Amino acid sequence: MQQFVTVTLNGLTLAALYFVVASGFTLIFGLMRVVNMAHGSLYLLGGYIALEIQTRWFTSDSGLGLSLSGKSDAEYSVFAWLIPLVLATLIIGVIGVVLQQVFLRWNQGQDLRQALITIALSVILADQMLAYFGGISKDIAAPSAWPTSITLPGEVRFGFFRGVVVLSAAVLIGLGLYLIIKRTRFGKIVRAGVDDREMVSALGINVNRVFIGMFFLGALLAGIGGVLGGTMISLAPGQDTAFLLNSLIVVIIGGMGSLGGAAIGALALGLVDAYADVYLVFGDLDLTNYSIIVTFALLVGVLAFRPLGLYGRPA
Amino acid sequence: MNPTVSTRRIAWPALIAVVALAAIAPLLVSDFFLSAILTKALWLGIAAASLIFLAAYGGMVSLAQVGIYGIAGMAYANLVLADGGAAAAVNPYLALVAALLIATLVGLGFGWIAARSEGIYFLMITLAFSVLVYYFFSQVTGLSGFGGINSVDLPGIVGSPEQDPLPRYLVTLVVAVLVFLGLGVLSRTAFGLGMQGVRDEPARMRALGFDVTLHRTLAFGIAAFVAGIAGVLSVFYNTRITPGSINLAQTIDVLIVAVIGGLYRLEGAWLGALTYALIDNYSREWVPEVGNVLGPARFNTLIGVLFLIIVLASPGGLIGIAEQLSRKVKTPRRAPAPMPAPQTVD
Repeated sequence: MQQFVTVTLNGLTLAALYFVVASGFTLIFGLMRVVNMAHGSLYLLGGYIALEIQTRWFTSDSGLGLSLSGKSDAEYSVFAWLIPLVLATLIIGVIGVVLQQVFLRWNQGQDLRQALITIALSVILADQMLAYFGGISKDIAAPSAWPTSITLPGEVRFGFFRGVVVLSAAVLIGLGLYLIIKRTRFGKIVRAGVDDREMVSALGINVNRVFIGMFFLGALLAGIGGVLGGTMISLAPGQDTAFLLNSLIVVIIGGMGSLGGAAIGALALGLVDAYADVYLVFGDLDLTNYSIIVTFALLVGVLAFRPLGLYGRPA
Repeated sequence: MNPTVSTRRIAWPALIAVVALAAIAPLLVSDFFLSAILTKALWLGIAAASLIFLAAYGGMVSLAQVGIYGIAGMAYANLVLADGGAAAAVNPYLALVAALLIATLVGLGFGWIAARSEGIYFLMITLAFSVLVYYFFSQVTGLSGFGGINSVDLPGIVGSPEQDPLPRYLVTLVVAVLVFLGLGVLSRTAFGLGMQGVRDEPARMRALGFDVTLHRTLAFGIAAFVAGIAGVLSVFYNTRITPGSINLAQTIDVLIVAVIGGLYRLEGAWLGALTYALIDNYSREWVPEVGNVLGPARFNTLIGVLFLIIVLASPGGLIGIAEQLSRKVKTPRRAPAPMPAPQTVD
């Protein structure tokens, strides 16, 4: 039972992280039909920028910085985590806008070409990040004042950052996005734009500005995801690919462009990942090595019945 | 971005010239060039050709090709005598057939699922397939060995490439020519024309009584067969296969090869592959070192930038650029309009 709770929490927190990253991906697609294959790169870059800010500004490494646990004993205040989070997120948002304005604005509508362009950008970004940040896995330090773990009823111990911070961040972001989409003028335009872009621009709304806003928001979400993921898991080359794949699976399951679909898709992927890693043991037969097949089966199962995903609508 | 490719005839003179040149190439170039450039370009070209075949005639840009060729390569390496993996020690020729069969069947399965989506959805779904294949083989070490399957047994016709790379080169060349001709001929059959109809007007084709999903699935299966050939040849080339050689980077490399060559012409596959192999091997010598940003170790940045330039400038790739140039040369600049004869007023 304890194990089950822990595994479920693992799945939920993974799902939370997947949701934060994939929601940006799906919102951009929903409005602009742009499949941003560099979304994973923005995720990883966001994490690295936050790490860079944290180590440059907030680490006063005394001594040799050597310790058995591999972590220096430096103290980090809450601001040493929050300020890098905010700055890195904003920087990634701006990078997203630049990317959209320079590379994607003039070929709006050519979705394949845009996908290829963002693939090219992700190749370049991945290589440059490897050159600058190296191949060793790093992580962002959570504030030292925060407890490392919490104890839930039933003597279940779970990581504080993972269980409390990431989960509540995802819930807040989900709520925030819902309110933005449903309650603001920007959200109204976005919803109208998803259904009929030409009509919206014919009504005299500056679509380009809405696109900029959406790309800012979408990239920003990737950046937040990167900082959360960099603190919760780690930052390493290959994470960009992993999170691009996760976002793809989440939105393929949930349906491209749907926020609710992203939440459902993230939950399904996170929980299936977590359970398959632990519970694929039948007596002596240990199939946990094959857990990726379950993820695949999930994807295939959804696509076989709903080619556009659970909440997908034809373009 | 979707020019009509239809019943273009094979340009026999050009093809014969290129193949003749390729056949005498072993006399002209070093063993290193023969293996590292030409042989590699040929099998990589086959992989890219399977992608281009789907893109040009089916309108489906598939990123699953590397996943499928990985399955074929892994199946072959597991079936024959090798260091790592299952090492079933089956006859290499039998293993070859089995590997192609497995790749084609898996391809048909993938195709059946992916065929009902179109355009960008198709791209994403096939990308997910490819990456899942990679994760599968990196998780299941029983099938991929620890650190890959090494010293894979090769069929007798390939000989031992370490001593004499020539037979392997010739085998790869013959297969590449057969693939090119086969796909070229196929595109002009009733099925090939049906594929192009499905590419351009799926709704009308459906109304005419064609089974659109079946056409797409079969096309995907054929492309999977071709990708499987490339996978087995890649094992011949490397004499080993690792999960790392079928990861996302390789998926994107094959896409880059296809796009550099030109997504709408089969020839583009080998042109792109040759360009890629040349850059891969020689860029280290002439690319200047610019801090950490550019230099011998930053091959991926270089290839990424080239890819970006091609996508931005010419969606038709190098072939597209060549065609545009030749069109400009062929159609002479419009001669100045003849001056109207001056009216003579008496």
